[in-house]
Amino acid sequence: MFIPHTDADRAAMLHTVGISKLEDLFKDVPEKYRFPTLNLPPAQTEMEIATELQEISLVNESAHDLVCFLGAGAYNHYVPAAVDAIIRRGEFLTAYTPYQPELSQGTLQAIFEYQSNVAALTGMEVCNASHYDGATAVAEAVNMAYANFRGKRNKIILSPTVHPQYRQTVRTYTEGSPIDLLGDDPHSDLKASPDGLIPLIDTDTALVVVQYPDFFGRINDYTKLAEAVHSVGALIAVSVNPIALGLLKDPGSMNADIVTGEGQPLGIPLSFGGPYLGLFATRKEFVRKMAGRLTGETVDNRGQRAYVLTLTAREQHIRREKATSNICTNEGLMALASTVYMSLLGKNGLRQVAELCFHKAHYAAERIANLPGYSLWSPTTFFNEFVIRCPAPAAEINDLLLDHDILGGYDLSQDYPELGNHLLIAVTEMNTRDQIDRFVEVLSEVNHG
Amino acid sequence: MNIPENLKYSESNEWINIEGRTGTIGISDYAQDQLSDIVFAEVIVSEGDIVKKGDSIATIESVKAAADVYSPVNGKILSVNEELGGAPEVINTDPYGAAWIVKIELSNPAETDTLLDAAAYDKVIQSH
Repeated sequence: MFIPHTDADRAAMLHTVGISKLEDLFKDVPEKYRFPTLNLPPAQTEMEIATELQEISLVNESAHDLVCFLGAGAYNHYVPAAVDAIIRRGEFLTAYTPYQPELSQGTLQAIFEYQSNVAALTGMEVCNASHYDGATAVAEAVNMAYANFRGKRNKIILSPTVHPQYRQTVRTYTEGSPIDLLGDDPHSDLKASPDGLIPLIDTDTALVVVQYPDFFGRINDYTKLAEAVHSVGALIAVSVNPIALGLLKDPGSMNADIVTGEGQPLGIPLSFGGPYLGLFATRKEFVRKMAGRLTGETVDNRGQRAYVLTLTAREQHIRREKATSNICTNEGLMALASTVYMSLLGKNGLRQVAELCFHKAHYAAERIANLPGYSLWSPTTFFNEFVIRCPAPAAEINDLLLDHDILGGYDLSQDYPELGNHLLIAVTEMNTRDQIDRFVEVLSEVNHG
Repeated sequence: MNIPENLKYSESNEWINIEGRTGTIGISDYAQDQLSDIVFAEVIVSEGDIVKKGDSIATIESVKAAADVYSPVNGKILSVNEELGGAPEVINTDPYGAAWIVKIELSNPAETDTLLDAAAYDKVIQSH
């Protein structure tokens, strides 16, 4: 282990802050909590621990063991075997951008292809080489928009139909800053058209954030909203499900300024919630404001195609204190997984996955809506996720479904108290017609029972 | 190094051309030479902004460094060079001409007496 400080260094530091021993730093912690007895069981051998952990893990039921209708931001899609085979190659497995990037042409080429694919999918001009996940990507969009106006506009409008956890992440990022978040107070009308946000937009507004499809699965065209946003010089960010873009009009065509998204559906397993992938794309005019790095294609001194880090992470290098974001890292390996996934499927394959999700979800929704006691919450067109009103609390229904080895929908009362008996149901290409029929059958028992 | 006689200079390598109550501000030939190839320039103040001497008015990035440009005087921004963002390389090729950064209304023209003249600025850069 590398311990950088000598005893003399430590003594000098303690002297500087005016204390005599390290323990004095913790004197604000009540004494009884300072060195608690941990009550750990006796030490075991590696072999014993491995057996015990194995037993504990057997209790887990994953999306492979259950039939999954849970989405709400992370989706159970098929991941072709080639994705894992390629990302496990030693040359790729180190997720970090190398510090002498041009030495690693393969890594840069993969990043370049990732950027190109995401830009094409979102309809934007530039794309960075990723953030942590969909939530942090939205928060970075807020940072970028705020920085773009150099603090002269401090209103950020969040649609109440943006993922609740994304909005929570934005709140965490902006806490203590002059940024004023509005638009998603608990009394918001969730069924209102996105144009309902227009009265909130003024010349103090830096950014309006919407989701596509929205958290409830609905597909809205944000063109008119974007027009209203631009008329006062503000920016609009759209958080997307990238699979949906295989089928739907891209946000670039709606004049979005920033497109973010959760990249997990693109070939990344559910994995108990991470690592995932934050997509971030924007217009060329904002390229210098964008956090992260950007790879470009050029030719070397022999005229051969070569890749360079056109914009390096300024957070790490020459202007740390001026950077829009202090996030230095990315999800290189996950970005690679999504690149492999997009390349394997191609434009038509991606469209096919999206169509399967769309049609299967609509089949499920229609059957559920026909059950006595159940109805669809919103008449708006949806992609692969929809909200159903149930005859009993969502948690009870999920318990019953789990008894039948079905992972039910997302209990919306967690985030929206007014949606007490409402479930958000996700259907993907992984759900067979038999599974959907069985799901509907179990739901029908609730009503009869 | 080109150090025009008719301009005033700051120790942080800005020049200002004073005409009555109006000053035009840019960075010196020496500064552009030290930065080398400039790839990005962004004026971070807008028309009407009140700036104090020493406030950052622009950010310039070259292939090897990033630098702030500071206002050498107190005043109110009259206009900013909108062309600079699209063609930052003019800072290298024409630092005293096309690469002006902002025009400013001086709040106290007398304070420009404390700025360096060409000879004094030459001494400053010789000492670096």
